[in-house]
Amino acid sequence: MRRRSTPYLLLLPGMAWLGFFFLIPLASLLATSLQRPLGPSTEDGFAPALEFTNYSAALLAYWPQFLKSFAFAGLASLIGLLIAFPLAYFIAFRAGRWRMLMLVLVVLPLFSSFLLRTNAWKTLLSSEGFIVETLNALALLPDDRVLNTPIAVIAGLTYNFLPFLVLPIYASLDRIDKAVVEAAADLYATAAARLRTVILPLAAPGVLSGVLLTFIPAAGDYINAQLLGSIQDKMIGNVIQSQFIIVRDYPTASALSFMFMVTILVLVLLYIRRVGTRELV
Amino acid sequence: MSTSRRPPRASLPPELRPLLSRRSFLLAAGAGAATVTLAACGAGRGGSTATTTTGEAADTGAARVVWSNWPLYIDVDDAGTSATLAAFTQSTGIDVDYLEDYNDNAEFYAKVRPLLESGQSIDRDIVVPTDWMAGIWIRNGFASPLDKANIPNASNLIASLATPGFDADRSYTLPWQSGYGGLGWSKSALNEALGTDTMTSVDQLFDPRLKGRIVLLSEMRDTAGVIMAWQGADPTNFTDDDFYAALDYLQEQVNNGQIIAFQGNDYVTGLENGDITAVIGWSGDLAQMGEEFGFALPETRGNLWTDNLLIPVNAAHQANAEQLINYYYDPAVAAQVAAYVQYISPVAGAEQEAAAIDPALADNPLIFPRDEDLAKTFIFMPLTPEKETEYGEAWQALLGN
Repeated sequence: MRRRSTPYLLLLPGMAWLGFFFLIPLASLLATSLQRPLGPSTEDGFAPALEFTNYSAALLAYWPQFLKSFAFAGLASLIGLLIAFPLAYFIAFRAGRWRMLMLVLVVLPLFSSFLLRTNAWKTLLSSEGFIVETLNALALLPDDRVLNTPIAVIAGLTYNFLPFLVLPIYASLDRIDKAVVEAAADLYATAAARLRTVILPLAAPGVLSGVLLTFIPAAGDYINAQLLGSIQDKMIGNVIQSQFIIVRDYPTASALSFMFMVTILVLVLLYIRRVGTRELV
Repeated sequence: MSTSRRPPRASLPPELRPLLSRRSFLLAAGAGAATVTLAACGAGRGGSTATTTTGEAADTGAARVVWSNWPLYIDVDDAGTSATLAAFTQSTGIDVDYLEDYNDNAEFYAKVRPLLESGQSIDRDIVVPTDWMAGIWIRNGFASPLDKANIPNASNLIASLATPGFDADRSYTLPWQSGYGGLGWSKSALNEALGTDTMTSVDQLFDPRLKGRIVLLSEMRDTAGVIMAWQGADPTNFTDDDFYAALDYLQEQVNNGQIIAFQGNDYVTGLENGDITAVIGWSGDLAQMGEEFGFALPETRGNLWTDNLLIPVNAAHQANAEQLINYYYDPAVAAQVAAYVQYISPVAGAEQEAAAIDPALADNPLIFPRDEDLAKTFIFMPLTPEKETEYGEAWQALLGN
């Protein structure tokens, strides 16, 4: 005898979790974003209201940081992908008995603090560091600096989120039946054709989830911009942080958070539709 | 953002110094980052001092006191214990839960404000906000008045700190340590760029030869105050026009690339790595960095700030907290702390006690300033809540936030 309610009962803990820790905070965030100030100072507090102008005012003031967030995160995802795919391919198909070791090495940076790693990049990219000195010697740097430029922010984002790109792509590649690739070779497909028509389509779910796992947190990150960027390289996370913690303008901070979330959601839906897969690893 | 006070690395074993500079910075930067783990920081010096979980139920009347202080802001020996705290516990039987979780004024306040507003205890008996933040605690009714009968040593408070604008008769607060916001620089880098290894004037910060090599403090009061004073305004009593004139000038210097960033104490890394030549920074930071770096109050005056001991409302161990404050106002104890943290001690008589520990200590103007040093400082004007918000927003806009 199977009870029809069983699946729903099984869903209950998950739904309760989501309800308490996602939906309720989300509703609270939305309500806060529409509050109106009770006085000229944020210390006067805020009252429940339907102040939709909070959104337009926030967007008007901070659209450059919005754009920069998506541009930096997009570039970091793209560059990350160009690094991660060959790496994952090598680990999956060529690494042999070094495979486990290489996977461990990919994950290893995550064992140390995010801040510590980002801070280390300050030293790596410093004017007297070997990277900048080498680039300078080759006359490749227009401004003789890397730190406190958008390049440093994008490099930091790419580095910090790379493992989240490599792992899903590796998982996808690893599941490919080698016989399928061999069959393509038997049918006279060149290496390039095998990559394009067999391996890439089969790896698509990994690429998709890897890019999502990189783009979403990178767009919301503020540590990289704060530590590695200049005043002109601030992202939307920096604004939300300062509005919430320092200025204590909760409605503006909430409105920005909400707009950011919705934009991410739309971008992700467009992206999934475009890449077109039902399977997220 | 990050505004943690850093005590001298000079008194630490050399192998700990790099760890320390990173650690205190990381704690500050991680303040608002819920997604960021700070596990690595637990390995620092502070990790081995007395710490406790924050959620513990406060047992009223127990022989305890819970103190949240800035990281590395008390005397600590190589084993990670504080001699003064240990002596206090021994003589009074009061256990001190000493927490180094006051990393940033704004962040700490944002964290505890909801509890304070709803009348709950924040499980702290002493916190250490900077002047302006202490003012916010007091005017919102979040500070408990000090019972001076329990703090007879309060009479040792030096006169120059006895009547601050935010707490005119010191009914709620007593200073813990003070310091300066002023000019800091790397001697070698400055010499290379300008042909001198000393700074005396804010003018030098805006020399075109230092383009892109200047970092200013992200703390509004330090930076805007120093700039206003340099422009001829009086930071102890200024107008909107004075403030916005300073901001306009800074905006110009941001736009033309002279100023590359506004930071908390993370400018230390930049100076050490050679990315930055000069800063508006804190006296303590620069003093700790050694001979190759300099600190000076500008001719046009620098900012004198104070971190204040304050007992939050609904504190479970008010009397114990007062006893602890009284203990640290004993000149001999204050000298022990000053010998380690090397900030300005607010306790009269500590200088004589310090001379007994080390004559060089008592002669250090960064710890025991002379009148002529104090004449080169200002205390930033207390702001009304309205101006606090208005200036704060304008300041964050300048910072790109």
